[in-house]
Amino acid sequence: MKVQTKRIRDALLVSITGELDHHSAEYVREKIDNIIEDPSVTYIVFNLRGMTFMDSSGIGVFLGRYRILHKRHGNILVADVNSSVDKILKLSGLYRILKKFDSVEEALSDVQGGVR
Amino acid sequence: MDLVNRMNLEFLSKSQNESFARVAVSAFITQADPTLEVITDIKTAVSEAVTNSIIHGYDGCEGTIRINAELYQDRVIIEVIDNGNGIEDIEKAMQPLYTSRPELERSGMGFTVMQTFMDEVNVTSAFQQGTCVVMIKYFDEEKGRGK
Repeated sequence: MKVQTKRIRDALLVSITGELDHHSAEYVREKIDNIIEDPSVTYIVFNLRGMTFMDSSGIGVFLGRYRILHKRHGNILVADVNSSVDKILKLSGLYRILKKFDSVEEALSDVQGGVR
Repeated sequence: MDLVNRMNLEFLSKSQNESFARVAVSAFITQADPTLEVITDIKTAVSEAVTNSIIHGYDGCEGTIRINAELYQDRVIIEVIDNGNGIEDIEKAMQPLYTSRPELERSGMGFTVMQTFMDEVNVTSAFQQGTCVVMIKYFDEEKGRGK
């Protein structure tokens, strides 16, 4: 599992490749949290194009990062979700609090456009 | 219905083995020629059960997790068994969003995922007597829905 991050103004683009489970969640969490200690990060856009598997440990990662950003009136967005990841995200109810986009470009555009 | 095949797997309760367990079970059921969705559903449910054994059953200590799978023409029956802490209140544990470990950022969705992605889930457990999760998935979606 690989995680790449890129800072784009007040957003952090996080690209996850591979499988997100309990084993890999710790690494993802630490990598993101080190960056979002910086309070000027208010949005995370998760690029899930390369994510091949996710179980409810991934839900925990999203929820935890959401709680941190929500305190700063920010949010998390997910992009390019495959059907099986979509299924578990739907089940979790996370779509009630985070937005889903077909592409990273659309998600970043949403963040920068000021429409939350 | 006649048993087509059976496998038994045993491994340490290390988180590295979550992926191994998923792959092993998927490889075993491939012979039934299931759809990609069925494979993914089973992998996800197995991942949840194994993760539960690691986090809750053994709570970071080293233990053994066993997976038994029986393949029939129309379904697969998968057991995930640990000899760990056991569950005092199974009904409470299976409530959506309930977790005994919120500090670990657990979503409390493990059993909900198992119940949604598999057609039947039965849990046998008692305090300090380990846990056995038995899950059944029908290969024919219609059959699964008709449960």
